[in-house]
Order: sequence, then C-alpha cells, then structure tokens
Amino acid sequence: MWRNAACTALLLIVCLSLAANWVAPAGYAKQYREAADAPPSRAHWLGTDEIGRDRFARVLYGTRISLLLAPAAALLSTLLAALIGGLAGYLGGTWARVAMAVTDLFLSLPWLFLLITVRALMPLNVSPLISVLVTFTMLGLLGWTSAARVLCASAGSLRNADFVRQARASGIRGARLFWIHVVPNLKPVLNAQFWISIPVFILSEANLGILGLGVAEPMPSWGSLLRELEGLVSVGEQPWKFVPLLLLVVVVTSFQFVLSSEEEAAA
Amino acid sequence: MLRRRIMRHGLTIVATVLLGGLISATLVRLAPGFDTDEAQLDPHLNSASIEALRQQRAEQHNVVRFYFHSLQRAVRGDLGRSISLGQPVLELLRQRVPMTLRLVAIGLLLSWASVLALALSAAWLRIPAYDTLATVITGTFLCIPAAALALLSVLWNMPGALAIALIIAPRDYRYARNLLTKGYSLPHIIAARARGLSELRILFVHVIPVVGPQLLAVAGVSVSLALGAAIPVEALCGLAGVGQLAWQAALARDLPLLVNITTLVTLVTLFANSTTDVIGHMIRGQEL
Repeated sequence: MWRNAACTALLLIVCLSLAANWVAPAGYAKQYREAADAPPSRAHWLGTDEIGRDRFARVLYGTRISLLLAPAAALLSTLLAALIGGLAGYLGGTWARVAMAVTDLFLSLPWLFLLITVRALMPLNVSPLISVLVTFTMLGLLGWTSAARVLCASAGSLRNADFVRQARASGIRGARLFWIHVVPNLKPVLNAQFWISIPVFILSEANLGILGLGVAEPMPSWGSLLRELEGLVSVGEQPWKFVPLLLLVVVVTSFQFVLSSEEEAAA
Repeated sequence: MLRRRIMRHGLTIVATVLLGGLISATLVRLAPGFDTDEAQLDPHLNSASIEALRQQRAEQHNVVRFYFHSLQRAVRGDLGRSISLGQPVLELLRQRVPMTLRLVAIGLLLSWASVLALALSAAWLRIPAYDTLATVITGTFLCIPAAALALLSVLWNMPGALAIALIIAPRDYRYARNLLTKGYSLPHIIAARARGLSELRILFVHVIPVVGPQLLAVAGVSVSLALGAAIPVEALCGLAGVGQLAWQAALARDLPLLVNITTLVTLVTLFANSTTDVIGHMIRGQEL
C-alpha cells in the first residue's frame, strides 16, 4: 500500500513538473519587480522571491531539473559501478583487490568533502546550464563507490556459479560471458543501487545548492530554492518558503518506499 | 594477531595518504587556472621578475615532481599557503581544528546517547507503535538535507552540536536498532530472559559482547558522517571551524587549502575506523 502511495505521489509530482511550461508559462526567470518578496496571492500562488520571481514557477522548474537529472546521474553511477565493481568481482584476484582499494580510498573521504573538493576544481563562473550538467555529472561520476562494493561482492559470488561454469565449458569467454551471463544476473542488485542513488543525489544537490556550490542562478533547483530559508528570522515568518523543503521531503520519502521494495526484490 | 591488525591499519592509512596525496596533487595541477598567476600582471614587475615567476611555475608542471616537492615540504611541516586567505595552511588548521573537534565530539556524544536510548527502548519494549513512531521520526530527518537541517538549527537557535546530532542520529539509529533487535532475539538471550535475569545484566553480559563490535563499527563510520555534517553546520551557523574553512576554500577555489583539509579529514576518518575496528577485535578476542 505504502509503495503504491509513494509511486502515485512521485508520478503526480513528476507530471506536474513536466507540465511546468503550461502551468507556469512565464518561466522561472521572469521578474515581477512591482511585487518583489510578495506573499502568496492569486497571481503568485507561493509568492515571489526577493527579486520578484514567481516562487511556484521556480519550484516547478527546479523540481523538474532535480527529478530528471538525479536519475540520469544515478544511471551513470550505476553503470560505472557495474563496470568497475562487477568486472572486478567477476575477474577476482588482483583486479578485485586493486579495484576495492581504490573504492576504499574514495569511501574513506566524507561524501560532502569529496563533492565540494571536486566542485571547487571546476570553474564556478559557468553558465547556468553548464552548472546543472557539471553538478549532476559530478554526482554520477563520484557516486559509484558504495554500489561498486556491493556489485563486486555479487559478481564474485556469481564467478563460480554453476551456470557460469557451464557457459565457460561451452566455450563462452571474456566480455561475452560477462555481458550475457553475469550482468543480467546482477540486475536486481543494479536496480536496487539505481534507486538508492536517486535520493542520495537529490539530497547531495540540495546540500551543494544551499552552500552555493550547486546549480547557478537564475536556473532553479531544490538547493537554490532552499537557500531562501537563510534569510528567515523565524519559522512562522513566511511559511510558504518551506514548500520546496516539504516537496523535497515528500519526494525523498517516496523514493525510500520504492527503494525498500526494490531492496526486498534484490534480497 | 592484534599487532598484525594494527600494523595493517597503519599501512593502510599511510598508503591512503600517499595515494590520496598523489591524486590531490594531480587534481590541483590539472585544475583550470593553475598556470595563471595574478602577480605576472603586476605593472611594477620588470621582465626579469616576471620570467622568474614563470620559471617558478614551470617547475610545478611535472605532476610527480610537484607531488614529491609538496610531500617534502609537508614532512617539514610546511603545508603551503592559502591563496584566498594569504596565511600558512598549518596556521589556519591550528586555529580551526579545536572548534571542529569539539563540535563533532559533542555532536557524536549527543547522537549516540539518543540513538542508544531509542534503539534500546525499541528492543526492550517491543511495542510496534513505538518502533513505527521512532522509524517515522528518524526517516523524516533522513529525508532532509544536512544543510537544510543546519539552516533550521539557526532558525530554532539550536547549538551547532545538536544540529550535527540531528544529522547523524537518524542514520545510525537504523543500524543500531537492527543490531540490538537481532541481538535480543538470539536463543541464549531469550533463555536468559526466561530465567529471570535482569535487563541490565542481559544487556552488559550477553548483548553488548555480541553486538558491541558491530555497533563500534557503526560508531566509526559516524565520525566520517559527523565531519561531513560539520561543513554545512559550520558554514551556515557561522562557526569558525575546519568545515567552514573548507567551504570558504571551495568558494574561493583555494585548492592548496582544500586539498590539505581533505587529507586531514581522510586521516581522521581512517584513524577513527581503524580504532573502532581494533577495539571491536579486542572485544571479540575477550569473548572467545
């Protein structure tokens, strides 16, 4: 029941964000200078920000960016994990040891430290579109490590499975054996890792955005929308500013419910 | 056996620092803008001085040489100078480390006190409603970004250490609860309960020796989480610690400072993980 409710909530939010062009045709960057920092009204359902941009439109477009690019980054990291962890587990021996040593090196660094270090290596004064791509590509390229560990163990257990031995005895070797016989059997683990990564990347982007190291203005993202909370003096002052946070919590919670069923399937 | 384990951890730490240092040096060397030096644009400098500056930069072109040069200086206690703050990195770290250590230590203490209280009461009471409530509360906190929690802590006038505890506790609670529930369902513990042993005796004599090493491993991992949480908490709460320094360095693209902070944090993380592993091994040894 909870999984269905979570899927419905996610579907609704995704559909609404995809319909942003029709629901908020003025776009996320249009300024209503006569109504800067306005409270909610019929014209601006969630009010406007301090430079007069419609907050509802920004929430919709920001949600779309996060919900489209976090799965893309998750896909990239899962593929990398499958390639590095899966291959290392399948080959075993020194390959597995070296791959896992590199993985441990990455894992020994706190995630947020790693992210801000790598983000700082890239130019910060780039166009908004590039900043979106840089942020999510970086998440995808750095987030493979824990998944690689799991996949290495799973692929290692498959290395000497009966069906792999039989395939080997039939003359199937190398890449063909890996892609056709090993990878499809890692599918439940890959699925679980993919779903685990999405909320992690959504939260990571939000963290980077709040710290000013994520998506550049005027492009909205959950992180940049949450930065508005910084100017508040009390929680009850402008409660509508908490809508992006509420939406983020709903989305991440929904992903957690979907994830728990995926994990059950993988187990 | 214990000595070998300690040696293995020591070697891992040294290897990680050396390899991490090489990767960091490579990243710094390859970062856009490494070759540019604003000093070369100074109209007061003559051509010989500009050439000398160019020569100085050229020596750093080879990544391996640049790495060994940095390593040599680090051994002598010279971690370089911060580009944005214009101060020696070692001096900056010396000023900021105590604040972060205090913040992280109090945060960890608060977090683990609440985690153990919640997880133990869930394992003792075994009331589904209580368990569900604890899971829902911790689950909700898990879905809030650490930086948003730090912002909320500013709004609610909470101390930074409490914000760190709120960030870490939900993550640790799930592991602690699962471990303790599993521990309490072991046959010999059920038998001890049936014989009327007190809950405290069961906890300290039977449960802790079984789940202690695993709980310690989770505690080791939470050090890394706490250090990560220190960045948004210090940056947004205005606390002058290493986390805030790392954030400022990232915004200013001050790579020498950032790389040194990252190496320091990696060292602390590895040390914490190794210590908990060795203590866990000692507990297991006593049990055997």
